[in-house]
Amino acid sequence: MKLEALTQSIGEWLRGTGPESDIVMSSRVRLARNVAHYPFVSRASEQDRAEIERFLRDRIAGSAVGQDLEYIDVGRLEDIDRQFLVERQLISREHAEAQGARGVAIDRMEQVSLMINEEDHLRIQCMHSGLDLKGVWEQIRAVDDQIEKVVPYAFHPRFGYLTACPTNVGTGIRVSVMLHLPALVITRQIDKVFRSLHKISLAVRGLYGEGSQAMGDFYQISNQTTLGRTEEELVEQVGDVVPVLIDYERRAREFLVRETQQNVHDQVSRAYGILRTAQTISAEETMQLLSRVRMGVLLGLIGDVKIADINSLLVRTQPAHLQKLRGVELDTNDRNIERARYLRQHFEGGEGSRASVN
Amino acid sequence: MKCQHCEKQAVFHITELEAGAVRELHLCEDHARTYLNQSEAAAESAAEDEAEGEPAGGALSGPLGVGQTAEELALLDQRSCSMCGITFFEFRNQGRLGCPHDYVQFEKELEPLIANIHGATEHTGRRPSRSAAGLAEGTEELTAVIGLRQQMKESIACEDYEKAKEHRDAIRVIEDRWLGGGNATKGSA
Repeated sequence: MKLEALTQSIGEWLRGTGPESDIVMSSRVRLARNVAHYPFVSRASEQDRAEIERFLRDRIAGSAVGQDLEYIDVGRLEDIDRQFLVERQLISREHAEAQGARGVAIDRMEQVSLMINEEDHLRIQCMHSGLDLKGVWEQIRAVDDQIEKVVPYAFHPRFGYLTACPTNVGTGIRVSVMLHLPALVITRQIDKVFRSLHKISLAVRGLYGEGSQAMGDFYQISNQTTLGRTEEELVEQVGDVVPVLIDYERRAREFLVRETQQNVHDQVSRAYGILRTAQTISAEETMQLLSRVRMGVLLGLIGDVKIADINSLLVRTQPAHLQKLRGVELDTNDRNIERARYLRQHFEGGEGSRASVN
Repeated sequence: MKCQHCEKQAVFHITELEAGAVRELHLCEDHARTYLNQSEAAAESAAEDEAEGEPAGGALSGPLGVGQTAEELALLDQRSCSMCGITFFEFRNQGRLGCPHDYVQFEKELEPLIANIHGATEHTGRRPSRSAAGLAEGTEELTAVIGLRQQMKESIACEDYEKAKEHRDAIRVIEDRWLGGGNATKGSA
């Protein structure tokens, strides 16, 4: 698959559709799996890794899901292309930065991705736009079933599916939703919310997963335990808390409009103004401002921008995407100039709609 | 520095980092050897005076959950997996296991850790169905090839080609059962 083709499209999870998509950006499930006859990745020799990669690649290609997937040899990609896949959430940062033979199989919708030789031999991921954990679970379960027919996953009768890190053992499942919570951030309630999530053993992370900072008011909520409960129970555990968070965020948004409408309108308009006129702008600032504009659109304070456009800009203004779109490698300064130009062009003319998504 | 048990120079230093607390062991060669060769039961009793004066159990026992003493841990750290060769010490340092067999080899040690992380030790989720192919649910048999591959390599290094061939044949038998037959070809049409 040609990364260039991906540059022209956006992933399904960015469509900005699906239930509750004003707050829930995407729903994601991943499964950690290992083949039984090789050491785990961190203990595998270079030759082991190459054999694992070939084995899984061949078996997946020969499985019932194989024909819907395109394979990318991540080990042979340029840094910028690996970064590109990270920004698109098709591979993890760890996978991009790892060494040795590794790859990823992706479906055309960019809903399913199978990482080979990440922390575990196989990490299956499935992602949908909006709140659709059940739909995601159904899809990933089917993919996992097909692959298990041809790959002997390491399994222990008592501990379940065996993983390189005991924190993933059992189901190997990580269920997560990415939420946009600007009003909870502005009203300073976000820490309180997170503390209560930790109490019910849910983890909170930034946009790009483990160790990443929450940028632009985007947060990932996920389960922390993987053993002792069924996959369905764990999907429910995360699913149950989402409506509560949605309700908090909605109430905070209503509060902002009711009590501080002028202030909020001012903040949102300024953010929009900067995005439309800046001459140089960092990725972080862009994300922060896009987050505010996104909220403004949802509160009806900005009328001429589509949510799908903002979602798409969140990804396309990231460093690797920007460089792929422009077709040249740029240093940070030039990227900031180019990013500002891209944003100006985007918001000019059709006021956001014309230069948008294909 | 002197050995904690005699006047000799300590040449064996162990630092335990757990739950934010640091614990150190300094031993001479003789005492170190004694520790490492002792049976676990013997280590326990030998450790009793050592443990005195240290905060007991809980806080220091860290992720392992049970009240292991430094000596028990030192002993445990030396234990290695018969398939991939990782020592428990390496696992504790890296936080990553070496191969699926570690869950069998270190089952007793991992259990409290797993209970601590997940609040449970029994998988209740989905399970593979291999009975149609006449294969066990657990994959221990297949994981054994990791050890056999290592033994084959060693035999080759010693130019014991007869032995190497035996290992290779043993690997083939297992791999044929698990990868070649029903399990592997099913659904790949």
